[in-house]
Amino acid sequence: MNSVKSTWKRLNKALGRSGMLSLAFLVAVLLAAVLAPLVAPADPNQSSLLDAYAGPSGTHLLGADGIGRDLFSRLIFGARTSLLGPALVVGVALFVGIPLALLASWYGGWVDGVVARVFDLVYALPGLLLAVLTVALFGPGLTPAVVALSVAYIPFLARIVRAAARQQRVSPYVDALAVQGFGVLRITVRHILRNITPVVVGQAAIAFGYALLDLASLSYLGLAVQAPTPDWGVMVSDSDAMLKGYWLQVLAPGVLIVLTVLALTVLGARISGEKPPGYLRRRPPKTVAAEKNRTTVGAAA
Amino acid sequence: MGRLLLQRLGGLLTTLFLSSIVIFGSLYLAPGSPENVIFGSRTPTAAARAAVRHRLHLDQPLPVRYWDWLTGVLHGDLGTSMVTGQPVVDRVGSGLSTTLLLVLMSMIMVVVLGLTMGLVAALLPGRVDGVVNALTSVTVTIPSFVASALLISVFAVQLGWFPASGIGQGFAGKVQGLVLPAVALAVLSCGFLARVTRNAVRDQLEREHVQTALVRGLPRRTVLRSHVLRNAMPPIITAVGLLAAGTFASTLVVESAFAVPGIGQLTIQSVAQKDFPVVQAVALMLVAAFVVCNAASDLIQAVVDPRLREAGSTS
Repeated sequence: MNSVKSTWKRLNKALGRSGMLSLAFLVAVLLAAVLAPLVAPADPNQSSLLDAYAGPSGTHLLGADGIGRDLFSRLIFGARTSLLGPALVVGVALFVGIPLALLASWYGGWVDGVVARVFDLVYALPGLLLAVLTVALFGPGLTPAVVALSVAYIPFLARIVRAAARQQRVSPYVDALAVQGFGVLRITVRHILRNITPVVVGQAAIAFGYALLDLASLSYLGLAVQAPTPDWGVMVSDSDAMLKGYWLQVLAPGVLIVLTVLALTVLGARISGEKPPGYLRRRPPKTVAAEKNRTTVGAAA
Repeated sequence: MGRLLLQRLGGLLTTLFLSSIVIFGSLYLAPGSPENVIFGSRTPTAAARAAVRHRLHLDQPLPVRYWDWLTGVLHGDLGTSMVTGQPVVDRVGSGLSTTLLLVLMSMIMVVVLGLTMGLVAALLPGRVDGVVNALTSVTVTIPSFVASALLISVFAVQLGWFPASGIGQGFAGKVQGLVLPAVALAVLSCGFLARVTRNAVRDQLEREHVQTALVRGLPRRTVLRSHVLRNAMPPIITAVGLLAAGTFASTLVVESAFAVPGIGQLTIQSVAQKDFPVVQAVALMLVAAFVVCNAASDLIQAVVDPRLREAGSTS
């Protein structure tokens, strides 16, 4: 019991108030996605034309859409595809990107040069365009979109891993380990990778948010998740509801997307060790007096 | 400066060349032959199929076709649409000007609003900074299609100030129709630029050379202009370049949301119709826009920052 309490305390201290709030929100969304059939009050695809565009009520907590499907249940089921896609994208990008980045940072020289050039080239192509082209080839669907975005996200994560690993590479402890005769694999995986884990996890959370946005955009365009399946991006594309003035049907999934990405960004920044912006700090930093003195320059000008 | 220009130009052309190979090659290695688009659901005779394949040069090996296509592109011939039979240049031409206008309008909003918010936040620590920070943390996570939905439902459906879809006649009509799409594109970028600006200016304000300049008794306005802002410019310019490039990619989404007849919408339409020559042309154009934006920001950096001119390259 005590250890649970102390873990909780440590987590609280590490993540701060904003980080804990974000984490709580993400856990709630994840639980809703996993337990969707148990939590959702209605079948997300059960339509009843009598309830078309019904307002919020006891039977339909958030109302119903144009063919009378329960909006709340569709949002809960929509969390499934909306989270699964980005999870796959980030998973693949890490799986391919981390070994390449570690390899490049360890050997340096021409290995590093080649890897960096390839990353730069892929980085020059916008992920969204790459995904649209892939869909042109293989037809619309979640799989081609995920594959294309995975490729596009490899350099995003690998560049960060490479930079962080390079910093570790030149620290004395790595040389010490090498002198002791430890192998490359052992040093990079058990020491370097372990030391840069916070950065990797934090940046992966941020990348997850971006991938969610990209995939939702593709679903919105009708190129990834297809229409009858409940998905947040697909739900925002209900232009019929919007033009008739039923904004809740369109904006509720939009708000969920924004909140989820916001939570991921805040949490990612906290995990990878970025300082929270001033307004989120509980106490003003000690240097506030000095900072004030300095910044009066601008305030007066 | 000249060397840097050449270097950048070389890199730009290499990227364009490689991506043109990727785009051309991948579209023709696609499952299902391109000529099936023309036949649709009909089953052609072997002779008809051979004739069409010959007309589309599909009976030639891939490198030959790529070479023909590339020389055509360099002479301003982008091929013929497989769906409408129009020259691709005609289909793309009118859309390109609309898209350029849209991106320009959006970037003007981004630069004006983003810079202002970032500067205000950097120079007024405390409450103002907090409010701007809270605002930008949220706007950087609003995707353009959610912004589009919000803007359409408020300003087009409820208030009726702007058209919900399409653009009007003449330049004024065009601009009016592009206001909402431009705002939708700008929402995310504004917040991003404001954050970059705030951090860059803050960073400079804390430097010792600024303190020294103040102690020397220089007017605050001068210190701000030539010691703080000038040094804070490089990250801001990089951000503007990245955002402009990203905006071109986002036109894919926003033009479809507002039914703006630009190259973004054309791309999505041609993808749906499997009109490969058009997809190739617009995809290459978007990549070019993306690459040019990034290269341009590097060059402007060098103009603004003399140290980079000496170093020769920024990357």
